[in-house]
Amino acid sequence: MCLGIPVRIKKIMGEKALAESDGIQKEINLVFVPEAREGDYVLLHAGFAIQVINEEEAMKTLKILREIAEAEK
Amino acid sequence: MKYISEFYDKRIAAGLSGAIKKIAPARELNFMDVCGTHTMSIAREGIKDLLPANINLISGPGCPVCVTPDEDIDRVIGISGQKNTTIVTFGDMLKVPGTRSSLEKERGKGADVRIVISPLDALEICAKNSNRKIVFFAVGFETTSPGIAAAVAEAARRKIKNLFVYSSCKLIPPAMEALLKNRKVKIDGFICPGHVSTIIGSSAYEFIPREFGIPCVIAGFEPLDILQSVYMLLKQIREKRKKVEIQYKRCVAEEGNPVARKILSKVFRPSDAVWRGLGKIPRSGLVLRKEYKKFDAGSRAFPPRSISGRDLALPLRRVGRLVAKGAPNNEAKASNPKCRCGDVLCGIITPDKCGMFGGKCTPESPVGPCMVSSEGTCAAAFKYRHTSNVIRRTF
Repeated sequence: MCLGIPVRIKKIMGEKALAESDGIQKEINLVFVPEAREGDYVLLHAGFAIQVINEEEAMKTLKILREIAEAEK
Repeated sequence: MKYISEFYDKRIAAGLSGAIKKIAPARELNFMDVCGTHTMSIAREGIKDLLPANINLISGPGCPVCVTPDEDIDRVIGISGQKNTTIVTFGDMLKVPGTRSSLEKERGKGADVRIVISPLDALEICAKNSNRKIVFFAVGFETTSPGIAAAVAEAARRKIKNLFVYSSCKLIPPAMEALLKNRKVKIDGFICPGHVSTIIGSSAYEFIPREFGIPCVIAGFEPLDILQSVYMLLKQIREKRKKVEIQYKRCVAEEGNPVARKILSKVFRPSDAVWRGLGKIPRSGLVLRKEYKKFDAGSRAFPPRSISGRDLALPLRRVGRLVAKGAPNNEAKASNPKCRCGDVLCGIITPDKCGMFGGKCTPESPVGPCMVSSEGTCAAAFKYRHTSNVIRRTF
């Protein structure tokens, strides 16, 4: 039930925003992520964006993953 | 960056699997997840087959639907029978059996029961049905409850008078503590719930390594996230470190989401709550604060009534008496004595050890809540019982 889906914010309209995921657009609530900006990816859960996804951290995690896997070759 | 497909790389998964095998000790280890989405992902992607046989991934009480006790379901079913009343809840709650019936069965008999995806949908139903009492049967962990709190705050702002909340919302860290105090379950590490942690952050788990000496890793939900989390737990064990680490850093900050927590604590306060399988756990539930009492379906708006001859006036206290403090019991047995959901929820047994699993209890004809809920441990084990040794999805 704690499913969260990454969606991209297209247009901010006050506390709400239009977001897109796989070509589907939907209205989401931004009350928990006042720092979110258009173009950001946020984690969507039950109609609310609950966190802004940090691209830099995602890249770092992928780099670590590749390094662990690389060491196994 | 799509934040999903990148974490499904088969080649990296194979490398991680090799790295895990290299650092895993020879002894048996149990790593427990406490999130239904982790349980599903582990089963769907065949993660267990990528690990050494002595590393067990077990599931704990991570599905809010599954841990909702019979008493709450009976109570809401009782409310659904009252005049001009509509029950609103999340989809998975409909099929969960109470002691005698389910909300789905009651709907078949004429009760007005509706499904929402967002708590905000309940406000729209209130606005369109001003002559009816709209009772939101609220379940969820820390991921979901801030949204429920925001909806209640919005209802207060909009002066909505026909919204009532029956809160069965629960908090995860107290349940983890209860499990650790229960020596029936040996836990060597926690795979902490990524989305709950987006809200509560990593500090909420600090007591686990400090007081119980158990390492924790906050994990994402894609296959590489889970494999890396297992690797990080094994590394802590190997290096004799015990701390809370974050694997899911793209979504989880140490401090969590303070804005969401502020709204949550403005509307709700912690209270003792009964969990199916675990019994009563101190300060593990959420009830409305007195400023929002007028929205409370547990108060005088819906006086408890006797259903099928059972007095449900004080469900919490009555159950509380039956449960020895800190000692798990099997309340699921109240509905069907052979159902072992209580043991499954505590990680004491895996679903296949229940005599009814896959025979008398299947997703088409479920007996217990762990098979009813789409994210229940039994449902996951049944659905993906033939999955092995591959990461199924490729992009």
